[in-house]
Amino acid sequence: MSLTSDPPTKEAPERAAPEDYSALKVVPVRNPWRWVAVAATAVLVAQFAHGLITNPGWEWEVFADFFATETILKAVWITLQLTFYGTALGFALGIVLAFMRLSRSPFLKSVAFTYIWAFRSIPLIVQLLFWFNLTYLYKKLDFGIPFGPGFFSFDTAGLVGAMSAAVLGLALHQAAYAAEIVRGGVLAVDTGQLEAAAALGIPRLRQLRRIVLPQAMRSILPNAANEVISLFKGTSIVSVMAIGELFYQTQVIYGRNGRVVPLLMVATVWYIILTTLLSIAQYYVERHFSRGATR
Amino acid sequence: MTAMVDIRSVHKNFGSLEVLRGIDLEVSTGEVAVVLGPSGSGKSTLLRTINHLEKVDSGWISVAGSLVGYRRRNDKLYELRERDILKQRTRIGFVFQNFNLFPHLTVLENIIEAPVSALRRPRKQAVESAERLLARVGLEDKASAYPRQLSGGQQQRVAIARALALEPELLLFDEPTSALDPELVGEVLDVIKDLADQGTTMIVVTHEIGFAREVADTVVFMDEGRIVEQGTPTEVLDHPRHERTKAFLSKVL
Repeated sequence: MSLTSDPPTKEAPERAAPEDYSALKVVPVRNPWRWVAVAATAVLVAQFAHGLITNPGWEWEVFADFFATETILKAVWITLQLTFYGTALGFALGIVLAFMRLSRSPFLKSVAFTYIWAFRSIPLIVQLLFWFNLTYLYKKLDFGIPFGPGFFSFDTAGLVGAMSAAVLGLALHQAAYAAEIVRGGVLAVDTGQLEAAAALGIPRLRQLRRIVLPQAMRSILPNAANEVISLFKGTSIVSVMAIGELFYQTQVIYGRNGRVVPLLMVATVWYIILTTLLSIAQYYVERHFSRGATR
Repeated sequence: MTAMVDIRSVHKNFGSLEVLRGIDLEVSTGEVAVVLGPSGSGKSTLLRTINHLEKVDSGWISVAGSLVGYRRRNDKLYELRERDILKQRTRIGFVFQNFNLFPHLTVLENIIEAPVSALRRPRKQAVESAERLLARVGLEDKASAYPRQLSGGQQQRVAIARALALEPELLLFDEPTSALDPELVGEVLDVIKDLADQGTTMIVVTHEIGFAREVADTVVFMDEGRIVEQGTPTEVLDHPRHERTKAFLSKVL
């Protein structure tokens, strides 16, 4: 500032020399009630932890016995397969539906709208039972879902039908939600971006793939991660179809040995571990798509 | 001189609002036309019809001898497919008021995107020419920066380099300095001036009267969807014949 470099004028009143505060001790604000809250919370946490360790009802030795048994590991693998196929097919169909709703054709728009309306209206469990019974009625119906060879080596032919029905149900249900998430993401991209791409003559598909989707991904990803995690836990619902996924197998085991609580803990800990891994993956994927962004 | 841009009785409505009410304009090869006019006079819309970002309701526009958006066969005009329109646009550079750089791509990626994907240039060649263009707009050290790391003036210069990368026959500028801080306007106008001196055909919509005086071969004054008058900068800016032009100039000068 120029003012500070102005020569002092004679008329200016003589100001007292500023006191030197640097020698004084700084006393921070005290928060006694915060310490009371911390103490109360700490007691509750300690009680809970104490209960986890000392309450014999948790039966941690049973938990340890079953946590990594072959049956449970296979069940975790089925759960992961259901999640993977449900997500992959659900989002693939969801992207198609989203662009149908965004298209200029009234017919495509209303088909997509009706699909989304219908599949958001039907409870997942009802839909799953419906598909389960449909495959029961039409044994030759082939949905062409690619299953890896690892799956066939494990399951009987009868179970493939149930598994297909489960994947189909999860994917069709997921597609309705995925479509809205993708559409929201595309709408969030500034129209100026599309105009710039069009003005540069960039081919249509390339505009989508290179300009629109990478920017839409930023708003799609947090919602999509929510959906994947909720689908992952939601796979437990296919236990009604006697598919050997994690929750079904734990139920089978505690039905046999009566150790309900430790086996529910086996399922719980697996769900927590895998959700944590998904959240970590989400962090890295989001970081990839935030290139060039400031927040 | 041949006409690079030929606009004949172009009309355009947005719903019941008549934005363009019969525009006739010719711009010759190498000519710099500056379009002035109050807000809502239709000047941006006119510019956007030239590369078919807006479709005209009637009349026609040709650029470098080919009709924009249509193909003529005998006595019929066939609407072009989007793919062909995109191809036409690669011959026309467009610079936006808000730059519209792709924020997730680096400066270099922004510039080579269209040459690589629309003109199918080899990447290496596109990168080399992008580096030359960046040097030309004075930003050779910003190739790997993201748009958000640049000032508005720098972003607009990148946008100009991006438009030039297609080696267009015609450049359209839609209020290129209106979104800039006053002290950044000069650096962008200098780049445009430089292009004008090299004989680039361009149509510039702007509010910078000084720039119009210095660079324009033709000044076009628009109001309420019509061209009120056009002529050399001296004719239009110093000796305007119409009341509307006089009123406008007295406000902005």
